[in-house]
Amino acid sequence: MSGEYDVAVVGGGLLGSAIAWGLGRLGKKVAVLDEGDITRRASRANFALVWVQSKGLGMPAYTVWTVQASQAWGRLASELKQQTGLDVSLQQNGGFHLTLGEEEFGQRTELVKRMHNQVGAADYKMEMLSASQVKKSLPLIGPEVSGGSYCPLDGHVNSLRTFRAFHTGFKAFGIDYLPERPVSAIGKSGGEFHLTTPKGELRAAKIVLAAGNANQTLAPMVGLYAPMGPTRGQIVVTERTMPFLPHPLTTIRQTDEGTVMIGDSKEDELDDRALKHSISAVMTDRAQRMFPHLSRLNVVRSWAGIRVMPQDGFPIYDQSETHPGAFVACCHSGVTLASNHAFEIARMVAQGVLEPELVGAFSASRFGGAGAANSSGY
Amino acid sequence: MTVAPRREDYDVVVIGAGPAGLAAAATSAEAGLTTLLLDENIGPGGQVFRAISSTPVTDRNQLGADYWVGADLVQSLRASSAEVIPRATVWSLDRNLDIAVSIGGASAFVKAKRVILATGALERPFPIPGWTLPGVMTAGAAQTMLKSSALVPDGRTVIAGQGPLLWLLAAQILRLGGRIDRILDTTERGNYLAALPHAFAFLTSPYFAKGLSMMREVKAKVQVVSGVAELAAAGDGQLASVSYVAGGRRETIPADLLLLHQGVVPNVNLAMSAGVEHRWDDLQLCWSPVLDASGNSSVAGIAIAGDGAGIGGANAAVVRGRIAARAAVDALAPAAAARLPAMATLRADLAKAERGRLFLDTLFRPAPQFRIPSGDTIVCRCEEVTAKDVLDSVAIGATGPNQLKAYRRTGMGPCQGRLCGLTVTELMAQARGKSPQEIGYYRLRAPVKPITLAELAAVPKSEADVKAVVRG
Amino acid sequence: MFRRSEQDKRPQVQIFIDGVAVAARQGDTVSAALLASGVDVRRSTAVSGAPRLPYCMMGVCFDCLITIDGVGNRQGCLVPVAEGMQIEIQKGKREIGQ
Repeated sequence: MSGEYDVAVVGGGLLGSAIAWGLGRLGKKVAVLDEGDITRRASRANFALVWVQSKGLGMPAYTVWTVQASQAWGRLASELKQQTGLDVSLQQNGGFHLTLGEEEFGQRTELVKRMHNQVGAADYKMEMLSASQVKKSLPLIGPEVSGGSYCPLDGHVNSLRTFRAFHTGFKAFGIDYLPERPVSAIGKSGGEFHLTTPKGELRAAKIVLAAGNANQTLAPMVGLYAPMGPTRGQIVVTERTMPFLPHPLTTIRQTDEGTVMIGDSKEDELDDRALKHSISAVMTDRAQRMFPHLSRLNVVRSWAGIRVMPQDGFPIYDQSETHPGAFVACCHSGVTLASNHAFEIARMVAQGVLEPELVGAFSASRFGGAGAANSSGY
Repeated sequence: MTVAPRREDYDVVVIGAGPAGLAAAATSAEAGLTTLLLDENIGPGGQVFRAISSTPVTDRNQLGADYWVGADLVQSLRASSAEVIPRATVWSLDRNLDIAVSIGGASAFVKAKRVILATGALERPFPIPGWTLPGVMTAGAAQTMLKSSALVPDGRTVIAGQGPLLWLLAAQILRLGGRIDRILDTTERGNYLAALPHAFAFLTSPYFAKGLSMMREVKAKVQVVSGVAELAAAGDGQLASVSYVAGGRRETIPADLLLLHQGVVPNVNLAMSAGVEHRWDDLQLCWSPVLDASGNSSVAGIAIAGDGAGIGGANAAVVRGRIAARAAVDALAPAAAARLPAMATLRADLAKAERGRLFLDTLFRPAPQFRIPSGDTIVCRCEEVTAKDVLDSVAIGATGPNQLKAYRRTGMGPCQGRLCGLTVTELMAQARGKSPQEIGYYRLRAPVKPITLAELAAVPKSEADVKAVVRG
Repeated sequence: MFRRSEQDKRPQVQIFIDGVAVAARQGDTVSAALLASGVDVRRSTAVSGAPRLPYCMMGVCFDCLITIDGVGNRQGCLVPVAEGMQIEIQKGKREIGQ
């Protein structure tokens, strides 16, 4: 492993890749340290929504941050397209959360109300729609759909192609992508960070910890704090079919390739190899009640992934006080926030200062050493 | 007619009704264990004994004596108390030995004390330019049609590749009056020398005399080109020609049908999805499960018999089936085991059945250019991903098949990697200068075969399951 | 591409390929009956629209995908023919209609 780097990003998933790509875009010399083929990768298990509605209950700043990301996504998609030729199929024409039966409709209405009443949140135009209003946009809904919430800022993207676009872009920016190098120790001396990997040591002036749930272990090595509370999610995907779903839903989306993704569960179980078919059954049953014609489609794959989830559900962005130049970044919504990571976080890391007015609310100091809150970061 | 399993729990569930599965289920049931045999096809027999109970090919000489052995196996199975369900697609098997099986569009769930996987083999991918063209098929496909529907090629037909099955198929086609214009033998010349040290075992095995007479029978009627070192299919939306290089000379011949074959490899999907450990077999060039002498895998309670345990042929498969079943009987009903042939006898039978295998594996080890494609040749048939696409992904950092999947969707289609997995592993291994073992394989999960969404939705669910999904 | 051997004495079964009556034999799989029919039964893929015919005939390659009695993407090589069966050749992505 040769040379010194301006920044070493630990973690080559969507979050680390977005930040690294953003740093490369600013002309920094960057290395991305990643694990190998088999590891817990939320970036290849996710649901690919670029999602605003219902985000930020309990932390208005998160709503603001999310809306900003949603608005910057178009720029990210076009820069990636220009650089790599890859169309990430960003679609932002509004998204739905559908409810089945009156009880769910009532609960959702209550959530929308609480979100609206929150002081300091950005206006993201989330509203409740009746079943007949929903039907105007989604004509194939079934009779059990009682309505749902709609937000015009919501959308989705091909997240795997985004992942590939970032990694393709690394080449053009001269970023060194270094897989099979999990970091086991981090030290600082002579104004430089030293990262220990199975393939040798790497030195960099700054580091960004973007290793998902593993940040919990890495952060304390440089005086940072990243309390995580991972959960498992299952997703089911069907064969390709003709386009039928013009908007993404929180739990159903039709990809640009034609497959239908159906998500997702939230389980305490953390084994991503095992699957619970009874949980897939709940998800697919709800999907076919929302869109009865889906029942005849074939399910071709299903998988479980481990969510990267800070303990209170909101992102963590911090710079170490004891080890200046060491940053930590972790969040659940690595797809939605990719634009902010590529443009804003990368810019701030390059400057060496996290701007309090943008991301001050996301410091881990909010945990005061103890995490957990009853909030909706997700 | 759709028949659901009669019980929810079985002592032994055997999956696959080929040689190994038929033998295993009969043995297990004869010993008094409650036994369920599930098979995806219309009738028993697997690939080797395909359509054994229904074939319209009535002249017994045409399919050969080795084929009709299957009738006796089916006879023993039918005489036993084993419950047999055809057209039953197992789509999930897990470490708890819970099995989900789709029968007639509805899923049933059974639990086993022991599972014997006898899912057999599939033909090794043969990724040459043009292999996705209509008119290009596997030799096994032609043999399936021949056995089950007495169909034979009647257009301009080329058979290309290597291995015993290729010669057997050619002989069967000719016996049924079908047409073969040319056989292109891709066996590498160097393999003959490499196989020489194992020749004695082969010469004294039953394969030798049979193989020799079959090759003579075919060569008397068909032009055989040996030493074929390059092969490509071409045509505009339909196979029109086959071109090849042999002895340094390129030739292109018109063709309507090209039948490809370069051996068979274990069908690993169900076993891998259950978490069974596999290792790369450098001689057979495929993934084989790690098994003990009784066929027990790394997952407690799951044994693997037949070609799914590593390619051994039909005779070995039958014995492996009996061994796995006997081990199940030993574990579950030791008193009944006395009625069965002794394990030592079975192991001796297996050694005999495997005689000559090393020679065949060495002689018919396919050449790299037919396993590891380049350029625009399609690797993943479902998602239409080329060799160049794979190499491009390695260049931006893909270390193995699963990162590749994220970049390019290889293995994400309905076949779930069955037709591209080996190619991907070997191609990436070559590109990265690693061994296939280091590169690894796709992580496979249920459903290992597609099922309808309605079928999945009908799986029984608890309050807790609902809570894990519905959350405002 | 394929023809039937004369010794095949199985009873005939009538199926329909895109509405056209075709004679199959009892015990044929849908894919075998189609390949024996002499009709152009090439499907086109959901990814690029490339033409394909069955490749493995043993349930692993999914190149035999076909619409049988209104249900799309079935594996024709695993389904036996039945009298009056309606077969449609698939072009591109499956249409699940409403």
